[in-house]
Amino acid sequence: MATVETRAIRKEFGDHTAVDCVDLQIREGEFLVLLGPSGCGKTTLLRMIAGLEKQTSGDVVIGGRVVNDLPPRARRIAMVFQSYALYPHLTVEQNIAFPLKAQGADPRTIPASVRQAATTVGIEQLLHRKPRQLSGGERQRVALARAMVRSPDVFLLDEPLSNLDAKLRTLARDELQQFQRRLGTTTIYVTHDQVEAMGLGDRIAVMSAGKVRQLGKPQEVYDDPADTFVAGFLGSPPMNFVERGDGLLGFRPEHLLPKGSYPTTEPLVDLWFRVDRIEHLGADRLLYGALRDIAKDQKVIVSLPSTVHMPAEPGQAYELSIKRRDLRLFDKQTGRRAAAQAEPGPL
Amino acid sequence: MSGAGRADRADGLARTRIVDSERWLGRLMLAPAVVYVLALVGVPFLLAIFYGFTNVSVSSARASFVGLATFRRAVEDPAFRTALGNTFLFACISQALVVLLASILATALQKDFRGKWLVRLLILLPWVAPVSLGSIAWLWMFDSIYSVINWTLRFLGFSGWPIWLGQPRLAMSAIITVQVWRTLPLATVILLGGLSSIPQDLHDAAEIDGAGFFRHLFQITLPLILPIQLVALLFGFVFAFTDMIVIYVLTRGGPYDSTQVLASLAFFKGIDGGDLAGGAATALFLLPVLAAVAVLMLRLARRTEVT
Repeated sequence: MATVETRAIRKEFGDHTAVDCVDLQIREGEFLVLLGPSGCGKTTLLRMIAGLEKQTSGDVVIGGRVVNDLPPRARRIAMVFQSYALYPHLTVEQNIAFPLKAQGADPRTIPASVRQAATTVGIEQLLHRKPRQLSGGERQRVALARAMVRSPDVFLLDEPLSNLDAKLRTLARDELQQFQRRLGTTTIYVTHDQVEAMGLGDRIAVMSAGKVRQLGKPQEVYDDPADTFVAGFLGSPPMNFVERGDGLLGFRPEHLLPKGSYPTTEPLVDLWFRVDRIEHLGADRLLYGALRDIAKDQKVIVSLPSTVHMPAEPGQAYELSIKRRDLRLFDKQTGRRAAAQAEPGPL
Repeated sequence: MSGAGRADRADGLARTRIVDSERWLGRLMLAPAVVYVLALVGVPFLLAIFYGFTNVSVSSARASFVGLATFRRAVEDPAFRTALGNTFLFACISQALVVLLASILATALQKDFRGKWLVRLLILLPWVAPVSLGSIAWLWMFDSIYSVINWTLRFLGFSGWPIWLGQPRLAMSAIITVQVWRTLPLATVILLGGLSSIPQDLHDAAEIDGAGFFRHLFQITLPLILPIQLVALLFGFVFAFTDMIVIYVLTRGGPYDSTQVLASLAFFKGIDGGDLAGGAATALFLLPVLAAVAVLMLRLARRTEVT
């Protein structure tokens, strides 16, 4: 276990800045998720921490030691790649044993270590197979076993679930989290999938255009986004934005509910919502439309859980309520969150 | 609609049908290659087999069937045995060198460095230059009086004046050198292709797993390009066993048959010497050997194929 830190780390490819002055502190045993759209620099950041990519400037600190000049093998890290990067010509057993052999472990202890790692991820019956004879899920476990076998200080995971089908991914996510909690190894996990990020991370660093836009616990980042990018990237459907003077008023689609759904003690704001179109998604209903009185031309989505019984017809307007404290105000120019006291103002 | 117009349309339809039919289009496009191979390889090959079992020569108008007598005569010739030994020596040493050098070159050329394109171009040059021209250049370099190699050696302070093409051992070294020089580019390009087909993730994983240079090379890179390496080796062997241009230009098999290989012996016997049957029998001798080598290597390549 170790802490990981990046200090003002920067990476330029020609005149393109992939990572722009990122400062991160990852605590011992923490599960940190780097979340962002493709091309935001999250994988480059991970590769710089691994030592696979040399930063243009700034420091990488692992366990209190600056490791800028250390090759990847000396950083006491293990990495799981999106493609799993299993050695195709070696059996599962040889794949898992490879890092141990490369580190010059005592050959007598290797078989036991391999078996233990394989048992931990439940692939002990596959040890003699070649990677091409395995399913996606099995390959992912082999990659995990290979990463954990030499007890690294830090796990670096680069979208390890993105090659699995949706059903398997949910299962693998759960297993991965249990696995990390059990080992207690500091983990940095890169993904573009907000569900994975919310579900797995102790903290999430949301990245865009090479910068960390916000770092915080999943619920914090979701409830109190630092800017419109974070607000729009997290959540499905994303946060609604309505222009109000100099500001942008943001609110989550699931926070608008029929008047009367909230306790009367809660300060509420009532709004008339005109329904244009309805999507039935099973657990939820998505209503597409606009706020009739304050922003007739701006699209708004309302997400109603199927447990909320409200008749809804396209073309009709309904009175909905939102808690005053669920409204967020952003600066229209910068996209940053506006001062908190200004929030209730526009309505 | 006029009659001519209708005919045009019918014509168009027929054309469309041939272009659309995978069966016929495929055959049509393969046809030139098939005709070429049949006319220039198949016919002479069958003719050689026919000659091998006869006693035909340039001076005889008729060929009579003599069974295996020509083969027996060819094998019993001491020159044949020398040539057979030389062929294997020439092919094995040159290909061992090619595999070694091509691996080093391809590994080096995969890295990024300044002037990489120039180095790549220079390495490819021997392959695109006509063999005979290249061989003639080497002939001058190995010349007994003007040899630039000897003058360089003398300049560097070495005493002695090796006659490259006039001393048996040196002559064999010389033709091996030229053969390596010529086949190295192809092997390098094939291996480069193999190397670049290895996903970068595998190299990254090996680096993170702690593999040093040699472990990375011998346990990851080389096993992954082994199938392609075998293909390159197969090509190299076939060239070394069947080609005689280098020898023809440089030594003509001399001195004292020390660089005579089966291909050149067959040529000198059959074409220069007029013994068509003997030449054919000598040339055919390697056919089963080469076929066996090819089958073995392709099998190995398939077995070691990894993805």
